Amino acid sequence: MSLLLEPSPTMIKEKKLYRDMGLTDEEFAMIERILGRLPNYTETGIFSVMWSEHCSYKNSKPVLKKFPTEGKHVLQGPGEGAGIVDIGDGLAVAFKIESHNHPSAIEPYQGAATGVGGIIRDVFSMGARPIALLNSLRFGELTSPRVKYLFERVVAGIAGYGNCVGIPTVGGEVQFDAAYEGNPLVNAMCVGLIRHEDIQKGIASGVGNTVMYVGAKTGRDGIHGATFASEELTEQSEQKRPAVQVGDPFMEKLLLEACLEVIYCDALVGMQDMGAAGLTSSSAEMASKAGSGIELNLDLVPQRETGMTPYEMMLSESQERMLLVVKKGREQEIMDVFSKYGLEAKAIGRVTDDHMLRLYHRGDVVAEIPVDALAKDAPVYHKPSKEPAYYRQFQATEYVPKVDNYEEALLALLSQPTIASKEWVYEQYDYMVRTNTVVAPGSDAAVLRIRGTNKALAMTTDCNSRYVYLDPEVGGKIAIAEAARNIVCSGGQPLAVTDCLNFGNPEKPEIFWQLEKAVDGMSEACRVLETPVISGNVSLYNETNGEAIYPTPIVGMVGIVEHMSHVTTQAFKQPGDLIYVIGEAKQDFGGSELQKWLTGRIFGKAPTIDLHVEAKRQRQLLAAIRAGVVASAHDVSEGGLAVALAECLMSAKGLGARVAISGDVVSELFSETQSRFVVSVKKEDQQTFEQLVQAVCIGEVTNDGALHVTSGDTCIVHIPVETMRNVWKGAIPCLLKSKD
Amino acid sequence: MYKVKVYVTLRENVLDPQGNAVKGALHSLNYREVQDVRIGKFMELLVEKSDRDIDAVVKEMCEKLLANTVIEDYRYEIEEVVVQ
Amino acid sequence: MKFAVVVFPGSNCDVDMYHAISDELGEEVEYVWHDVDSLDDFDAILLPGGFSYGDYLRSGAIARFSNVMKAIKKAADEGKPILGVCNGFQILLEAGLLPGAMRRNNTLTFICRPVKLRVENNETMFTSQYERGEVITIPIAHGEGNYYCDEQTLQQLTANNQIVFRYEGENPNGSLQNIAGIVNEKGNVLGMMPHPERAVHELLGGADGLKLFQSIVTYWRDAHVVTT
Repeated sequence: MSLLLEPSPTMIKEKKLYRDMGLTDEEFAMIERILGRLPNYTETGIFSVMWSEHCSYKNSKPVLKKFPTEGKHVLQGPGEGAGIVDIGDGLAVAFKIESHNHPSAIEPYQGAATGVGGIIRDVFSMGARPIALLNSLRFGELTSPRVKYLFERVVAGIAGYGNCVGIPTVGGEVQFDAAYEGNPLVNAMCVGLIRHEDIQKGIASGVGNTVMYVGAKTGRDGIHGATFASEELTEQSEQKRPAVQVGDPFMEKLLLEACLEVIYCDALVGMQDMGAAGLTSSSAEMASKAGSGIELNLDLVPQRETGMTPYEMMLSESQERMLLVVKKGREQEIMDVFSKYGLEAKAIGRVTDDHMLRLYHRGDVVAEIPVDALAKDAPVYHKPSKEPAYYRQFQATEYVPKVDNYEEALLALLSQPTIASKEWVYEQYDYMVRTNTVVAPGSDAAVLRIRGTNKALAMTTDCNSRYVYLDPEVGGKIAIAEAARNIVCSGGQPLAVTDCLNFGNPEKPEIFWQLEKAVDGMSEACRVLETPVISGNVSLYNETNGEAIYPTPIVGMVGIVEHMSHVTTQAFKQPGDLIYVIGEAKQDFGGSELQKWLTGRIFGKAPTIDLHVEAKRQRQLLAAIRAGVVASAHDVSEGGLAVALAECLMSAKGLGARVAISGDVVSELFSETQSRFVVSVKKEDQQTFEQLVQAVCIGEVTNDGALHVTSGDTCIVHIPVETMRNVWKGAIPCLLKSKD
Repeated sequence: MYKVKVYVTLRENVLDPQGNAVKGALHSLNYREVQDVRIGKFMELLVEKSDRDIDAVVKEMCEKLLANTVIEDYRYEIEEVVVQ
Repeated sequence: MKFAVVVFPGSNCDVDMYHAISDELGEEVEYVWHDVDSLDDFDAILLPGGFSYGDYLRSGAIARFSNVMKAIKKAADEGKPILGVCNGFQILLEAGLLPGAMRRNNTLTFICRPVKLRVENNETMFTSQYERGEVITIPIAHGEGNYYCDEQTLQQLTANNQIVFRYEGENPNGSLQNIAGIVNEKGNVLGMMPHPERAVHELLGGADGLKLFQSIVTYWRDAHVVTT
């Protein structure tokens, strides 16, 4: 749209054009009050993106306040590009997770790729060197051609971007459920390493300082992407969709190297990624955080297309762009650093003291808005919440599964896409580049060594959204606890959490209830397990034609492995080692893989969890690992103990296991009771281990290449590991190849 | 000003896995009549007039950079255009 | 002995190469930016993996016009050891320092995994520390490692014993005759898709790549002793 064709302020009001941009009548009236006049088209657009859920968290803010965000290690909590935790030796780890669900539903390759790009920029904008990527993906059942297409292209997009930038993708999770059929989830997490003194902030301070633009030129990509992300996907979304943002990982790599060099130049004052709502959000937020104002001359903004209007420039979501604030008169030093990488840093404005965002275009002031109104004073809503009918019904439902053939059940579970090997996925990611990956994808958590120290970082993403759906509060607790379990199994002390809250439309009270309860549960678990939330992201309106996804609060967690010798994997190590189980099985089958396989649906009560028991077991196991008496450790999760034992054998060449169980066989084998672990211990360490950990010895590792389970005198499972491995490894490639 | 359209394709004797995959997909969509698919690159260049022969310049660019003649063939079309 | 790790815009295995040399091999090593004129100060040149210039036209196609390539050609003529790994191999092919070209993997996907390689020729300056026929495990990580050359070139490569590594067992990318790495006729320029610099420590899953770098040092020491 050319400038001349833009609707006038009166037209915007009278024809309620603001509604198309996602603003309500009340919000438009607020804008009128704030400005003391009617906003023009550019200003209306700016308000609409900044007040979208994606940028303002207007619907989720009251809930997010419940998260514990402080802890003795926390150097930077939520509010900046990424949160930062101290790990000793003058080092810190910066990390964050973010969603790119809607763009990925429309164009999976570019949607996923730009999601990765955005989270990398969030981390290096803090001054941290990105060292690892993780992700969390949700798709519909892997049977429809559309889902297969989305899955293949999302994986290719993540690989295409991360591999090119040269940051290893070391971990993640993929789950498949019909609830995600029309609305896949693509959450990307980035972990960075930084020295304390190098921490940067996105602030525009120092009146008169220069605002500089670096990176790719601005085009008409993704205009109104942030608003788009804050709406449900409908049949019309296809037409309404903005120009798809295309990622340029090569540009990102140059930008990354240049930005990490420029932080050592003391002419730099602040730096922020132009993410959602691009130039608008970065400039308004940087000024608002610094208590200053900002003035931009849009004629100076590098443009990829001709005839761009201020509205288009301010709302463009072109990728790979950064906004810098630089000490006045020292712009050349900054330009020199960028020019080494073939990039141009361009002065486009300056910091002012009047708390306004003021935009000039061809000599005219085209927008003038108080920055705080856009950033910290954006409206906040307390949405009504209502317990959904399904919840009460599920709470009253008892479910006890019947299994006739345990071997058949185990093999069936191993071939469920959610449990099956994800090798097809992670082999497309370069998980080794930078040569720090000590535990590669496929174990409980990924582990990366920290060069120059004897320490390592363990990292994971987790969430069983079926449990969250059945009982958001309990499911929220489990999500945090499971992430911590994975860190502990790898030999790490959980440090902190980043979360990505993927939910449906919060304007529906039942959905808002899910959000509230899940956050309550997560917050409590974070307090008990001492893992504060240091960063996060909210993705609401994940619905297709009125159907919400399962509530999916993805948990990203990082832990510190105090010494390389503590690094532990899930694989059994040698014949003769004793196999222990920590925690007893109960009849927890609501939301279990067994239930899904037997009944084709999810219902009943989620497994219960006692966080204090959880914390105690994690402490004991970590103590045993640190004492050097644990050969392998794995948490019992989807599919129960039988699946956990099988997983311990998958990468252990030639080994087998012989175990004896007692009690209810189905529960012992397949129940998803929480806070449980499978651990193997060398015989000579038996005594020390038993002193440190409350656990039951159930058998030992053998060299016969088979899993052998007895109950009383009866052999109930005897399957060659090779058979299990074939089923487990073949499941996903097989589903992708099948043509239906 | 010239508008130059450059087409780069894999040489006929070089296996084209992408093309094969697309052929397979077309067949599974029941376009059985498709005999072969070759995937290539299309590039559009705007080239200013100079005293050098445009044909020679384009050929040189193709040989040097735009195509890898070990595995790729190229062809091009040159059209004179007026740019405002 | 002094190694150069040449860094192009978009190189991303430069750090791995650097640390393999400095931390595991214990030799002197420096990063060299793609715009330098001379590599005369270095005894061996390493072209690391990554995505130079985004690999946007073809892998390595743009990097080969970098200023440093003149110095690399000179070093090649002087007989210095030059190792190109992954994208480095692709650049050497595009630059004509090695014969042939790369196509996309026949799986059409990027593949990252440890693979088995057979050492076909242990009489090069890069492989003297291996046994002939030795099977080693080295990771690959590429989307375009499907080596191709015409029949005549293949005959020459075979006749001159220029095929240094072949994939053993499953060929991950469809390369001609399972080729994983080749040297030039003179034997001082090696290009290979697998990443020896990622296999230099048990912590990383294996150390089979270390002998490749040790071979270079051994060669250089021997040559150095003779000339001084």
